[in-house]
Amino acid sequence: MNLTLKIWRQKNANDKGKMVDYQISDVSPDMSFLEMLDVLNNQLIEKGDSPVAFDHDCREGICGMCSLYINGEAHGPDRRVTTCQLHMRMFKDGDTIHIEPFRAKAFPIIKDLVVDRSAFDRVQHAGGFISVNTSGNTQDANSIPISKHAADKAMDAATCIGCGACVASCKNSSAMLFVSAKVSQYALLPQGQVEATDRVLNMVQQMDDEGFGNCTNTGACEVECPKGISLENIARMNREYLSASFKG
Amino acid sequence: MALDSKIPQGPLADKWTKHKNDINLVNPANKRLIDVIVVGTGLAGGSAAATLAELGYNVKAFCFQDSPRRAHSIAAQGGINAAKNYQGDGDSTYRLFYDTVKGGDYRSREANVYRLAEVSANIIDQCVAQGVPFARDYGGLLDNRSFGGVLVSRTFYAKGQTGQQLLLGAYSAMNRQIGRGKIKMYNRHEMLDVVIVDGKARGIIARNLVTGEIERHSAHAVVLGTGGYGNVFFLSTNAMGSNVTAAWRAHKRGAYFANPCYTQIHPTCIPVSGDHQSKLTLMSESLRNDGRIWVPKHKKDVEAIRSGKLKPTQLAEEDRDYYLERRYPAFGNLVPRDVASRAAKERCDAGFGVNATGEAVYLDFAAAIIRYGKEKAHVKGLNENDDSLVKELGKEVVKAKYGNLFQMYEKIVDENPYETPMMIFPAVHYTMGGIWVDYNLQTTIPGLYAIGEANFSDHGSNRLGASALMQGLADGYFVLPYTIGDYLSEDIRTGAISTDSPEFEEAEKNAVENINHLINNKGTKSVDSFHRRLGKIMWNKCGMSRNEKELKEAIEEISALRKEFYKDVLVPGTADEFNEQLAKAGRVADFLELGELFAKDALLREESAGGHFREEHQTPEGEAKRRKEFQFVSAWEYKGEPKDALLHKEALVYENIEVKERSYK
Repeated sequence: MNLTLKIWRQKNANDKGKMVDYQISDVSPDMSFLEMLDVLNNQLIEKGDSPVAFDHDCREGICGMCSLYINGEAHGPDRRVTTCQLHMRMFKDGDTIHIEPFRAKAFPIIKDLVVDRSAFDRVQHAGGFISVNTSGNTQDANSIPISKHAADKAMDAATCIGCGACVASCKNSSAMLFVSAKVSQYALLPQGQVEATDRVLNMVQQMDDEGFGNCTNTGACEVECPKGISLENIARMNREYLSASFKG
Repeated sequence: MALDSKIPQGPLADKWTKHKNDINLVNPANKRLIDVIVVGTGLAGGSAAATLAELGYNVKAFCFQDSPRRAHSIAAQGGINAAKNYQGDGDSTYRLFYDTVKGGDYRSREANVYRLAEVSANIIDQCVAQGVPFARDYGGLLDNRSFGGVLVSRTFYAKGQTGQQLLLGAYSAMNRQIGRGKIKMYNRHEMLDVVIVDGKARGIIARNLVTGEIERHSAHAVVLGTGGYGNVFFLSTNAMGSNVTAAWRAHKRGAYFANPCYTQIHPTCIPVSGDHQSKLTLMSESLRNDGRIWVPKHKKDVEAIRSGKLKPTQLAEEDRDYYLERRYPAFGNLVPRDVASRAAKERCDAGFGVNATGEAVYLDFAAAIIRYGKEKAHVKGLNENDDSLVKELGKEVVKAKYGNLFQMYEKIVDENPYETPMMIFPAVHYTMGGIWVDYNLQTTIPGLYAIGEANFSDHGSNRLGASALMQGLADGYFVLPYTIGDYLSEDIRTGAISTDSPEFEEAEKNAVENINHLINNKGTKSVDSFHRRLGKIMWNKCGMSRNEKELKEAIEEISALRKEFYKDVLVPGTADEFNEQLAKAGRVADFLELGELFAKDALLREESAGGHFREEHQTPEGEAKRRKEFQFVSAWEYKGEPKDALLHKEALVYENIEVKERSYK
């Protein structure tokens, strides 16, 4: 396949940045999207140009490091995949592909397509944990049975990879899906109950402080989430938040 | 320096308890005066950083990714072993110890492995308390599955994302300490050197990958949880950024590197699709619980399948060769990874590979789908003889167990594994070798520790499935926090370590010079092109089977490639910006040295053991043949060029387990 790529280039955080056109030929449909960018970068390097910077690591859809806004969608046109698992067979010969970074006020651009998502970490620092020290003599793992239903629901929420697609897809740049996934995981488990009140209040506070927008229930986040994290989690977090607010 | 493994005296089962009682402690007030650097935030580094901070030490943690949650432990799929015996199937600490030593082909250290088995149960308790959502059965208790090389069900799991859930557990424990200010986290930082002051590890030189700034960081001890070096093969299941740099630079400063040639080639990975390939994807070993591995019995069927005239589903049962079940009836499809990989290679070398390149075998779920479907139909009181109904019900069960893996396969290969068997082939996955450590996980540099995959100690020459997660968390949560205290108890009056010393000066200068050399070289070939060529040499000559002639060639070729790299590598951009190529160039430079030592180690080891298979040493049936005279750990001391590395041997003594021929028949 031969493709035209329109890629966001920005030298550093202070640079204004612009879209730049590139032609790429002989793209195999079996390539992953990032392998296609590898080929482009090798060509750029050998020509003495600066390669396109993008984040990536595991390339199997689990580390959450890759991002990219491809033709107006976080992680591109396929569903339930990250960019690293997106394959070129989703595109046709002659296509023009727009590649941009995840854009949000809380995700400043570092270079080209690389953004700083440390705001997500800071939200987790505020309460994304259960306060249990490592001791080697916590109670036996089977001493509290947990219904399979609750355990499975907690697992579904816990599969969030923290990539930020939800924020990039949301017209308000809201991080509600991300934050609610962690709040839900713990809310569904008995171990999470003790700190439930503080957790939801602190995490939501930090989320607001980071400059993420509000949720207006458009549901774009759920559609674009590569792990299929459900909107149900946002509803659960709202319930948790409300009841925590009453408890104060 | 003579190697002292510092294994405590006394009966095997009492060693760890006795050792914990004997070693020195640091009182809580003094812990506040002591700094510890932890490099790497995977299961080992993340759990260590969190636990050390809980204890009261001031921790500085480093990772090259944009968040500690991205470390490659996250990609571990299948599960984590623990001797809980929840299934009542005869499991015990001893049995987990025995399976691990045997699985490692009698090349691991007895006392370390026993301790690992001993603390395994604590890990599950700890993780459940942290809110890790392990799979449960309908009674609400924890579920288990089986992994290769064992006859019990001791593997705990969270769908096909166990590594993710355990890592997020460790990450959450870190977050709690970051929030309290007890861990200072340095994301997007790469360690470039360890700084030795008065013979002790007292800090690191790190590069800020965003600004390019070179930084000095001091501490009373340094812990490396920096993972394995499988990416020396270019193509592996490791993450793109996984590298040997931290470990290798520590080696250059005096840490011995042990058993570099022990590599795990995982039998069930998605085959290579073309030259553009940047990495390989694993299909979890848990799939071998239900998947049956086969190739056609007859060459004519192989031809027909390759040319697309025949579909694998059309081949009659009697025309299929379930070669693992045939060769290893006792363990069948669940033989250990080294055995399964070699058996796949044997069939493919004999011309029975089922894809265009002849390098793939089938992993087939049809039988499992029918078996589960019938069971489900029976439970629901439906017609067990309705084939399409049974198939539908069976698919649901398989989907619940392995859904994410099947989805991943379909996205990559564009075939539906519920309808047609998966195609798989072995790929580099894990490295058992690593930095030499004693029983306390201390390297040959005082104050420098290595944990998790970065060290060498627990898996011998072959690691059993679901044991890497166990070892990473055992080291980080339950072993290192005790043993490091013994060392740090001497540092309660030392005070903060200054970074204004000649040692820091020298190390920083050295790091800057290396970087400047790479950036100013302005050669003609990209970093990746060298990495690919190194990978080809490694895979062809140091891969699944090795021989003297090819290993000698590999040593020459790698050495020549390294010279060419320094002469002709092209690194674009500058040193003071976000420059991924520059970071990669430093990593590839280190792989080019490690690769040569790897080949040298493989050449020295004139036996076959676990993942190390020397063609000269095999039984008439083609099984690995160990040799008594090689019952030692080879620990290499850096002496300049890799070819000059000096060998030290640590004899392996087995007092509690009989060294037998390893058989899975």
